[in-house]
Amino acid sequence: MISQFFILSSKGDPLIYKDFRGDSGGRDVAELFYRKLTGLPGDESPVVMHHHDRHFIHIRHSGLYLVATTSENISPFSLLELLSRLATLLGDYCGSLGEGTISRNVALVYELLDEVLDYGYVQTTSTEMLRNFIQTEPVVSKPFSLFDLSSVGLFGAETQQSKVAPSSAASRPVLSSRSDQSQKNEVFLDVVERLSVLIASNGSLLKVDVQGEIRLKSFLPSGSEMRIGLTEEFCVGKSELRGYGPGIRVDEVSFHSSVHLEEFESHRILRLQPPQGELTVMRYQLSDDLPSPLPFRLFPSVQWDRGSGRLQVYLKLRCDLPPKSQALNVRLHLPLPRGVVSLSQELSSPEQKAELGEGALRWDLPQVQGGSQLSGLFQMDVPGPPVPPSHGPSTSAPPLGLGPASLSFELPRHTCSGLQVRFLRLTFTPCGNANPHKWVRHLSHSDAYVIRI
Amino acid sequence: MPYLGSEDVVKELKKALCNPHIQADRLRYRNVIQRVIRMSKLDQWGQAEVVNFLLRYQPRSEEELFDILNLLDSFLKSSSPGVVMGATKLFLILAKKFPHVQTDVLVRVKGPLLAACSSESRELCFAALCHVRQILHSLPGHFSSHYKKFFCSYLEPHYIKLQKVEVLCELVNDENVQQVLEELRGYCTDVSADFSQAAIFAIGGIARTYTDKCVQILTELLGLRQEHITTVVVQTFRDLVWLCPQCTEAVCQALPGCEENIQDSEGKQALIWLLGVHGERIPSAPYVLEDFVDNVKSETFPAVKMELLTALLRLFLSRPAECQDMLGRLLYYCIEEEKDMAVRDRGLFYYRLLLVGIDEVKRILCSPKSDPSLGLLEDPAERPVNSWASDFNTLVPVYGRARWANISKCQGAKRHGPELPNTASFATSGSLIPEENKERIQELPDSGALMLVPNLQLTAEYFEKTWLSLKVAHQQVLSWQGAVHPDTLQMALQVVNIQTIAMSRAGARPWKAYLSAQDDTGCLFLTEVVLEPENLEMQISVKQNEAKTETLNSFISVLETVIGTIGDIKS
Repeated sequence: MISQFFILSSKGDPLIYKDFRGDSGGRDVAELFYRKLTGLPGDESPVVMHHHDRHFIHIRHSGLYLVATTSENISPFSLLELLSRLATLLGDYCGSLGEGTISRNVALVYELLDEVLDYGYVQTTSTEMLRNFIQTEPVVSKPFSLFDLSSVGLFGAETQQSKVAPSSAASRPVLSSRSDQSQKNEVFLDVVERLSVLIASNGSLLKVDVQGEIRLKSFLPSGSEMRIGLTEEFCVGKSELRGYGPGIRVDEVSFHSSVHLEEFESHRILRLQPPQGELTVMRYQLSDDLPSPLPFRLFPSVQWDRGSGRLQVYLKLRCDLPPKSQALNVRLHLPLPRGVVSLSQELSSPEQKAELGEGALRWDLPQVQGGSQLSGLFQMDVPGPPVPPSHGPSTSAPPLGLGPASLSFELPRHTCSGLQVRFLRLTFTPCGNANPHKWVRHLSHSDAYVIRI
Repeated sequence: MPYLGSEDVVKELKKALCNPHIQADRLRYRNVIQRVIRMSKLDQWGQAEVVNFLLRYQPRSEEELFDILNLLDSFLKSSSPGVVMGATKLFLILAKKFPHVQTDVLVRVKGPLLAACSSESRELCFAALCHVRQILHSLPGHFSSHYKKFFCSYLEPHYIKLQKVEVLCELVNDENVQQVLEELRGYCTDVSADFSQAAIFAIGGIARTYTDKCVQILTELLGLRQEHITTVVVQTFRDLVWLCPQCTEAVCQALPGCEENIQDSEGKQALIWLLGVHGERIPSAPYVLEDFVDNVKSETFPAVKMELLTALLRLFLSRPAECQDMLGRLLYYCIEEEKDMAVRDRGLFYYRLLLVGIDEVKRILCSPKSDPSLGLLEDPAERPVNSWASDFNTLVPVYGRARWANISKCQGAKRHGPELPNTASFATSGSLIPEENKERIQELPDSGALMLVPNLQLTAEYFEKTWLSLKVAHQQVLSWQGAVHPDTLQMALQVVNIQTIAMSRAGARPWKAYLSAQDDTGCLFLTEVVLEPENLEMQISVKQNEAKTETLNSFISVLETVIGTIGDIKS
């Protein structure tokens, strides 16, 4: 039960403010929140803050702050869930969530807030129920760029291939123009996996963790029923065994409450009647036991001459994907010791780029083919207290501040766990006329891929 | 009213919660509650609300309790974290007499909590981490096998990393200690100074149980000769040596050389303390301290100077030849030239102590060098689940207990503000009224119907005028024994906001008193109390300026209670 809700831009400008109970403060509470947030000491968490018997709880989404205040001691999980759900709803109704779209659709946002929350209590967040009440039409900005990829372009495909929907195809408002039947009926299904890996300095694998989600964005009229078929051999848990061979395994699975699971046991088919908008159909986790080799291995070799302060770092990056696959937007981020101002580089191929910024080395490789090896040699001077030259160049300990290398990349058409969607069939559509377009995509991207030097 | 899905649902709930007939009938109430739980069309917000108000329900029998838990079982598997956590809290509270059920529920919630800890949403991750720490207070081994999930990622915000380090520190056991320590060792050389210091303190925490391994790691860290690392390591050593004296030898071997790398006040104090207390095992101790003494004029931190005085004196006791000269110089400086009075006082104190004699110095300064039992006291004992079950799934774990206590203090002070004058007047009654009677008297102002206005200032003339103009509304006789102590009676009456206009001296016959009081509607009560010479009964006559029987009766009962209480003291 919340008292106020407001949305701030990334710089703290209030975009939306709504007071539900009238029992605390006024509009200046938004400015108060931003000041408190920016003035917070480093070790205190900004997630929940307290001021004058009011609790502020917020999330950051697409660069915006969505903040709720309450004076009661209520569940943080429920509140955070509400804020995330509001973010998704606003994204559904306005097309996408961003400063521009919110500013253009202020009336729609207030109408939504009126329907979702009554005197601070949640009434409903279901798109189906809300569409009966919302009258305002969303305002969409016309020019969108075909090449407008955010960090991971969801619900749309990469632009490297032809004949695919541009990534902004799914960022149109879900429930616009009831009267306009000529809108394409489309449904986007994404299998997105986040890969977290930690490799020690001796090359041994310390931790590997895959968090996967199957996300659905449906523009079909509600009432349509669909069936999603997953890989038949996929097993849940360590003891299950299906099919022959090692199979595809995940540790844990959880489903959205509206998914029917009668055929899941036997044929790994999910049946559901999705509402319009975004929905996470299934979540799964896998740790410690990947069926395929890790996508990247890094072989660093560091030579540091303490006497002259010369540091030489040779990085060899090997991609262990199958030869037909590739990795996109690969970036290696390597923090360097304090005081390094310039470096010289030799890279193995011309499309790569390396530069020094903010105390770290950024090595960009736009596209890496499976099985290939790329290397780069970087030399720099590390300022520091002079050490008698008798120590000589040593490879024993790298200088302090030569931090762990972190890689970020996207693997299109590849899932680390091996899980694939076999088919997506619509068994029933109410209007039944147009053949809806179905876009299915598999994507893995790195969450925290860290290799220690 | 929270929206719970449909009209029928709301009707059921209203029936159960508001209808006194249903509440009085246990069986009907229970049926309604069961129907509410079984409702199928609730969305996640409805489910969270249901779980929330079920917290108030007390199942009467064990069978009923398990019935409810079975019905709510599906809530624990929900995909909404709010519902899962709410259901967990409900289970923990309902099953407070069944610890094995509580442990079972906590095992089942492990999966969702760990998933939340690795969630994309940082805020959810943080809330989940705080709850994991809460659970670890009672079940330290609960997450030990999943320690890898709590390794910090490079890109995480600082507050999440701090929580993860705390969790790692708390879930250490024999099987994972090696990997956890390696991981923490990696963090100690992190670019961010705050984070590396937090990691070092965490290693210090683990060192209480796994002393040797940790001391080895900390010694290696000293070899890096980094300022922010060295100062924290030395502080950790100081705390460790106090709690685990078995590592003193290793620490003493590691210390020489670190004085070059410490610039901040805390680190210097820790180092100086160590050199003073364990200086006999460190060959170079006097020379290090000599460095400090030579630079004492430029030393900016008074705390360091104080520590230096104590340490040097201690070292002097064990190695007098080496320390004598510099001790003299230090004392001279502190007494003659030092501007900070606290330092000067300590210098003077030590000087005079030395004049008294060396035995006296030894007696005062040779304090115990370690106190392992303190470790047991400090270690938070495993708290039973019931102590924090009601805080689960609220904002309390997210803030942390210390901050929450502060917050509730501030909130409490605001709410109790207006009531302060009542208790202030009570504070003056001193020790005349014994404790248990005080409490009885203090309860009176809260007795609902009658609210007497405090600090009524009625002049004697006004009282007399009003007294003579009114007729007696009520007369009563109370039994009484012995003499009256006017002061006691006056103070007791003042507690309940009855003003004494006039009172006879103690021992006067007949003994009379005139009292007045006014309630919040402005109605005046004027009372005459007469104690007859035989001292066996007290006659009370009350006059009221507005004819209100109810308030009159309340006033009389208040008066009776006070007089009765005072009478009991004597009997």
